Amino acid sequence: MTLITDPTLHDRLTALAERQAAAGEVRGLAAADPVNVPMIRHWADAMGDANPVYTDAEAAAASVHGGIVAPPAMIQVWTMPGVNRRARQGPTPVDDVLAMLDGNGYTGVVATNCEQTYHRYLRPGDRPVPATRFTGLTGPKRTALGEGYFVTWNVTWYCDDEPVAEMLFRVLKFRPRTDRAGSGAQDGRTDSGTGEASAGPRPPYPLRPAVNEDTAFFWEGAAQGELRIQKCADCGQLRHPPGPMCPSCRSAARTHVVASGLGEVYSYVVHHHPPVPGRQAPFVVAVVELPEGVRIVGNVVDCPPSEVGIGMPLRVTYRQMDDELVLPMWIPREP
Amino acid sequence: MSSLSGRTAVAGIGATEFSKKSGRSELRLAAEAVFAALDDAGLSPADVDGMVTYTQDANQEIAVAREVGIGDLSFFSRVHYGGGAACGTVLHAAMAVATGVARTVVCYRAFNERSGRRFGQPDARLGGEPSSQGLEMSWHVPYGLMTPAAWVAMFARRYMHAYGATSEDFGRVAVAMRRHAATNPAAWFHGRPIMLEEHQASRWIVEPLHLLDCCQESDGAVALVVTSAERARDLRRSPAVIRAAAQGSGAGQMMMTSYYRDDMTGLPEMGVVGRRLWEQSGLGPSDVQAAILYDHFTPFVLTQLEELGFCGRGEARDYVADGGIEIDGRLPVNPHGGQLGEAYIHGMNGIAEAVRQIRGTSVNQVRDVRNVLVTAGTGVPTSGLVLSGG
Repeated sequence: MTLITDPTLHDRLTALAERQAAAGEVRGLAAADPVNVPMIRHWADAMGDANPVYTDAEAAAASVHGGIVAPPAMIQVWTMPGVNRRARQGPTPVDDVLAMLDGNGYTGVVATNCEQTYHRYLRPGDRPVPATRFTGLTGPKRTALGEGYFVTWNVTWYCDDEPVAEMLFRVLKFRPRTDRAGSGAQDGRTDSGTGEASAGPRPPYPLRPAVNEDTAFFWEGAAQGELRIQKCADCGQLRHPPGPMCPSCRSAARTHVVASGLGEVYSYVVHHHPPVPGRQAPFVVAVVELPEGVRIVGNVVDCPPSEVGIGMPLRVTYRQMDDELVLPMWIPREP
Repeated sequence: MSSLSGRTAVAGIGATEFSKKSGRSELRLAAEAVFAALDDAGLSPADVDGMVTYTQDANQEIAVAREVGIGDLSFFSRVHYGGGAACGTVLHAAMAVATGVARTVVCYRAFNERSGRRFGQPDARLGGEPSSQGLEMSWHVPYGLMTPAAWVAMFARRYMHAYGATSEDFGRVAVAMRRHAATNPAAWFHGRPIMLEEHQASRWIVEPLHLLDCCQESDGAVALVVTSAERARDLRRSPAVIRAAAQGSGAGQMMMTSYYRDDMTGLPEMGVVGRRLWEQSGLGPSDVQAAILYDHFTPFVLTQLEELGFCGRGEARDYVADGGIEIDGRLPVNPHGGQLGEAYIHGMNGIAEAVRQIRGTSVNQVRDVRNVLVTAGTGVPTSGLVLSGG
């Protein structure tokens, strides 16, 4: 994978980011409607939150709140722009940064962090006003999704001049990888949004590898779109799965090579039963033989199981399983 | 090692019923089986001074000893690697007896493997810990390769590719085991033989394995009593002399996923066991009249026939054809019905059947049995025995 960095673009982005950060807090438009019970009822209903302090005036009056309050997690709801964004969205210092990234090919976006702090409950009649600070641009980073920049901003909501809630929000704006096309139906996961905002953090993938100091390099490589094979720094022997000692020369000096990403099916299975958490059956698992001389296990995806066979030529691909884990997987290629 | 041969014997065997829901604790199952084995041998709990079980067994030796009323113990040991431990428990017991560390050792395995923790169900925690085993599993579990059937299926596919074996060849093993179980009242599949067509029509579990390539899931317990051959001759039952006992692991060994060795069509660890058994016993494949081959999944029965020298590489499909491993075939394998037909007690029930064959008391008795070969779990570091009359 090549790191596509335009030095001028990076400099321009950095300069813009500094200007936007220096602009400090920029107030947006106040909530279109004051905090109100009908909206609370719809939200609580949709979220399945039956707490009566949100909807039942009598129960709420008897509670510590002394009356109806809004669910704190609704804070973003009150000041969202609505479907016709232009009509109801005030400018923020983040917009220009996102626009510059969009305009230069970083069209992918995935939300990576959303941390909210609530200072008090909102009550019917409150009319919060958001104020946004641009707080960070880091990159370019190589990720399994593609090269990208992390963009961070903070929002504080005020009622009159009282801060009632705060939020840190971070997204990864990335150049979608061209070789990641295709659905993720084979592995039960979809590729990350390309161009559309993610709905939020992914549910954690249940089948996590144990990682220690002998194996971390492999998983870090996968997260950066590299298939790394351990190499003895003394005798040069390649080894997978890796381990702390070279069984050929006893050396503990290790390095790794980045594999070509080519391979072929040495053996494979099609899993049907029983159900596997995080997976949708049937799915294919193969022992893949690499031209580098080692074997590795992985899923064959983007290919009907009935078309997989021993000797089938493969090329590595990467799948983001959740916010943290990237797994190398395999797709068919022409010989 | 030759000093171990013939010095010890299995003097007693005991078991609970084999079911899908025992309705009792695993500790109670263990105690019941141990009592039965001691009664069979004509010994009392006070005679026992050693105990061996599997690392995976949930019942500590001291807990079983308390329930059964066993007093002082001078030897206790566990054997690793799942069902690969089966014959290893007898090896450990035999070594303890032969060296005078203990006089009477009980080996046992007890579990509710169907109504309790089912080994065939995916466990997301398999790859969770950075122990050596957790790290080993971590190259496979994240890809959903996490059930015993799937691990074995990966070997089976390569074996089929290399030797032209087919699913029907695997099916013939299942048919033979179910035929044997059909006439064994203790077997879960008593009275329920299958045809090859039923095997072929059974649903996929993990291709290339059908449901009927997979052993059962069972609740139950089996216990064995090991003592010196000399003493065993004075006890109630005729002894099954331990002519040879061995454990084996191969280069590049893993738990069920040794996919990184040069060849994926064999079971080198079983080759290690076989060579030791033949060498220690002074016998060869033509000297055993019956074999108990670990049958958690059918393909590895073929591989074992090859590793143990009953036939050449890739020839097992011909060996099992035409009823070759059935009760009246060239080598009766698992006359009790094995784990496919009788019950899955992690290989321990197979050792009990070998003892019955030596005694001449099996419900599916093979004629003129003098020596029986027994193996333990396949795809893992494993173990084996040769039992003889005498």
